[in-house]
Amino acid sequence: MRVTVRYFASMREAMGTSSEVLDTAATTLAQLRAELMARGGPGAEALGTDRSVRMALNQVMSAPGDSLHDGCEVAFFPPVTGG
Amino acid sequence: MVAPNMLPGAGARVRIQEAAFDIAAELAALQAGDPRVGAVCSFVGTVRDRNAPGAAGSVQTLELEHYPGMTEKSIEAMVDAAFARFDILGARVVHRVGVLQPTEGVVLVAVSSAHRGQSFQACEFIMDYLKTQAPFWKKETTPEGAHWVDARVSDDEALARWGIAARNA
Repeated sequence: MRVTVRYFASMREAMGTSSEVLDTAATTLAQLRAELMARGGPGAEALGTDRSVRMALNQVMSAPGDSLHDGCEVAFFPPVTGG
Repeated sequence: MVAPNMLPGAGARVRIQEAAFDIAAELAALQAGDPRVGAVCSFVGTVRDRNAPGAAGSVQTLELEHYPGMTEKSIEAMVDAAFARFDILGARVVHRVGVLQPTEGVVLVAVSSAHRGQSFQACEFIMDYLKTQAPFWKKETTPEGAHWVDARVSDDEALARWGIAARNA
């Protein structure tokens, strides 16, 4: 399936882009994260399991086990610090 | 779209903007001449010039980034949750993004109710919720350079008091 992946704040800086469109075999957020780590490049470190990474699916805070759907929008970012 | 006959600052109950907000105008718009309102409670978060244990002047500017679309939706959901949980009459949230200077307002949360107790609680509830669940990120510029601000465990604990797991910091 095809998904749009967006990155914010320190994640955006580390990945060197704010978004990309990917064809993926992953069916969950956790699998997509693992796929991006395995791809190498900045994601290997920035999305590493030792990092605090929060994620959203279609603009809602989501958990690693949540399922992807064709055309969905995924976002990876650090813990939020607004207010 | 804001109608021309509305008060300054009137409009959507959740707004993300670069411009400064006018607290008096926002509170007037929230109350909107509603005679049932007996209490208006507001919180304003402002930019400090230091981050504990930093020295005065150690924070020169604060830059806020957000996730357009998700930010508005997530805060609308928080306001809905406040209406479901508390006996309140109105609520509004204004959050700024972009580059801010020390002493400037960052966020305004204001709630109206018949009596003070519910608006005090709802104001704190929305603010606690926003701190750990709204997609904003702060970057401080200091004399040593710029860095992203770390999330605080104490903010997760603040939301836990309302029975909600933050899972942020």
